[in-house]
Amino acid sequence: MTDAISVSGLVKTFGRTRALDGLDLVVHTGEVHGFLGPNGAGKSTTLRILLGLMRADAGTARLLAGDPWADAVELHRRLAYVPGDVTLWPNLSGGEVIDLLGRLRGGLNKKRRADLLERFDLDPRRKSRTYSKGNRQKVALIAALASDVELLLLDEPTSGLDPLMEEEFRKTVREEQRRGDRTVLLSSHILAEVEALCDRVTIIRDGRVVETGTLSDLRHLTHTSVEAELAGSPDGLADLPGVHGLRAENGRVRFDVESAALDGALRHLTDAGVRSLVCQPPTLEELFLRHYDRAAAPATEHAAATR
Amino acid sequence: MSTLTGTGQLIRLALRRDRVLLPLWVLVPSIFPAVFVVAFTTAFPTPQALQEYAETSIHNAAFTVFYGALQGPSLGELVTWRAGFVPVMIGLFSLLAVIRHTRTEEEAGRRELVVSTAVSRHAAMAAAVLVTCGANLVIGLLSALMLAGQGLPAAGSLAHGTGIAAVGCVFAAVGAVVAQLTTGAGSARGIGITVLGVAFLLRGIGDVSTQSGGALGWISWLSPIGWVSRLRPFAGERWWILVVPCVAATGLIAMAVALAERRDVGSGLLPSRLGPAGAAPALRTPAALAWRLHRGSLVSRTVGFAVVGFGLGGIATSIGELMNNSTPAAREVLARLGGPGTVIDQYLWAMMTVFGVVSAGFAIQIVLTLRAEESGGRAEPVLAAPVERLRWASGHLAIALLGPILWAVVFGTVVGLAHGLSTGDVGRGVSDALGAALVELPAVWAFAALALALFGLLPRLAAWTFALLMTSLLLGWLGEELHMGQWLINLSVFAHLPHLPGGELTVLPLLVMTAIAAALVLVGVRGLRRRDMPVG
Repeated sequence: MTDAISVSGLVKTFGRTRALDGLDLVVHTGEVHGFLGPNGAGKSTTLRILLGLMRADAGTARLLAGDPWADAVELHRRLAYVPGDVTLWPNLSGGEVIDLLGRLRGGLNKKRRADLLERFDLDPRRKSRTYSKGNRQKVALIAALASDVELLLLDEPTSGLDPLMEEEFRKTVREEQRRGDRTVLLSSHILAEVEALCDRVTIIRDGRVVETGTLSDLRHLTHTSVEAELAGSPDGLADLPGVHGLRAENGRVRFDVESAALDGALRHLTDAGVRSLVCQPPTLEELFLRHYDRAAAPATEHAAATR
Repeated sequence: MSTLTGTGQLIRLALRRDRVLLPLWVLVPSIFPAVFVVAFTTAFPTPQALQEYAETSIHNAAFTVFYGALQGPSLGELVTWRAGFVPVMIGLFSLLAVIRHTRTEEEAGRRELVVSTAVSRHAAMAAAVLVTCGANLVIGLLSALMLAGQGLPAAGSLAHGTGIAAVGCVFAAVGAVVAQLTTGAGSARGIGITVLGVAFLLRGIGDVSTQSGGALGWISWLSPIGWVSRLRPFAGERWWILVVPCVAATGLIAMAVALAERRDVGSGLLPSRLGPAGAAPALRTPAALAWRLHRGSLVSRTVGFAVVGFGLGGIATSIGELMNNSTPAAREVLARLGGPGTVIDQYLWAMMTVFGVVSAGFAIQIVLTLRAEESGGRAEPVLAAPVERLRWASGHLAIALLGPILWAVVFGTVVGLAHGLSTGDVGRGVSDALGAALVELPAVWAFAALALALFGLLPRLAAWTFALLMTSLLLGWLGEELHMGQWLINLSVFAHLPHLPGGELTVLPLLVMTAIAAALVLVGVRGLRRRDMPVG
């Protein structure tokens, strides 16, 4: 199986700001890939380079086995894109925009268009200037999802959608996933969405990848929190490597443990006699916050690099 | 909460946002009268020379259309008459400034954010009108000071200054009214500019009629632009005339407030209708999208050219009446100028130059839609489809280049028709005027191409094409007459076009200008192909 997207060492500077600083990204064909990062991390810039709208200063990018800049038009026949901030032509109706974008891409599936309009509950007759942000987003999403393309590039596609519509979006993407031949690169801030949909994720910060892998790979990087009621006393548990924040009172213990040390810690507990046990897997949220927190300080100076 | 709560803060916001534009805008029209004083005293140092100039000018109908009727041969009268296009410029700016701070804000959704704070419903309009009228008053005051500083009588200087300020305020109020009508700022601008165009045309018709002893002089009274000269600066000021613009502005503001109270934030008075549920079969290419975006304004501009052309062409005939009514001395002056035929030709040529400049402005604006699409985020979804950049741009470019041909044909034909009907020789009238309109095209294309070149290479500076057009216009208009250096006049693109009708049709400048336009298009396309999109 080839890779739908492979990017390595991508650098892009705008004046003095370095939006991308040696970014690597690999998206396998047929997978839904989550692309995460704080505001201004370089997600949109990466997508624009993949679309041949911008040219990288250094590094290589391959998209569907082609060069995103030189083969832009040919590649665009095989992909659909939903921008992060959808703006439409104010005096065109939503239906007109959907048809136009679909036809520019080489035609769209009429049945699917009607189906999606119903699922997303969009009135296609209204002029674009009267649409709310969520409705504009729906227009771009329907235009993208109704096209028969190999690759979907979605830049925060559910921003502005209500929870019901978010659920519809997830259903639609899962259906795409089941077909097995569509690749989706999904940049998002909604962790539940990424956890529900994505096979693999890449987290970037300051234009560089900080984590990449399957969700279970990434979970290994964080702590599991354990809460247990014990028959005896948990002697020596606090001294185990990889166990943090142990608190014990009235026969109950609570602690966090690194994934690698989980096995040893549980053995220790069973030795003491376990009456009850609650074990919580690390959430993506924790993973996320670890990188976001570190980004908090320099975030302001990079805010200018969002574009 | 009073009806004007928050106006002060919004005024400061407007001043902050316009901190570059506003000072520039206030200074440029303020120095015109003073520049004219220097130019006139240098070019025509004696009262006799001034008298001669006045007698020649009074028979130039093109001058009368542009500047209004000339009252007399004194320096003050000549200077304020020659500055007669300043009210049009100020009116245009005032109109656009008020729309920009009201309807544009509302369409972009920023108004909603502002109104949600402790700011009254009418504060935005009040701030926009106050800032614009304030700027107009400063322009008026500066103009008066500069005229008086050059040694002209204080009363006349003040009359001229207050007059142009008052006209600016009237058009600021017009802006406030039209901003209430439509949801889109673009359509509001369209309506406002139409009002200004009609005012310009009415003054032209009225004043030409007055000068040729016709019966239509009263029409000028309908035009705010005509009110400045009605004040008669330096010719026995009639101060009470100032009541007219004051009443008009107050009435219009009251109307705008009444209209604003009848509508919701974000909506217009003219309802937004539902569109089709699907696109027409033809809407499938970037060119079709471009056509869809421009067709409305293309049609309304074509109709506008036809109406204005009919008015301007009709006036040409009254120059014939002028010949019969004038004194023997004036007839002698006319004979020296080359007889009645030449005078009419000169008038038509001047009108064609105006047509060229206005068409160039429209063409630039069509090309700059590309820039608006880019920075507004609407280019991205199209370019993310299998659409080459050149293909995306070519639809807009084609309209910018072909639209002016349509306008030239319509304007030329209608001017020729209206003129020919009165002279009785429709065939000759149409062929002369049509040819004269068509020779403007290379210059129009050159400006459209310049806008494209800047868009490709330096997208952030693309809007400066308008400034270059204005400079070219002013150099051409003022240079020759005020005896500026020939090299300066040569900088005006329009000065190189053949003087038709009447002049000789030289093909070389047309070919050179078309070639320059083609080269600029190539430069722009090359730049566009290579650069990043979108540039913020």
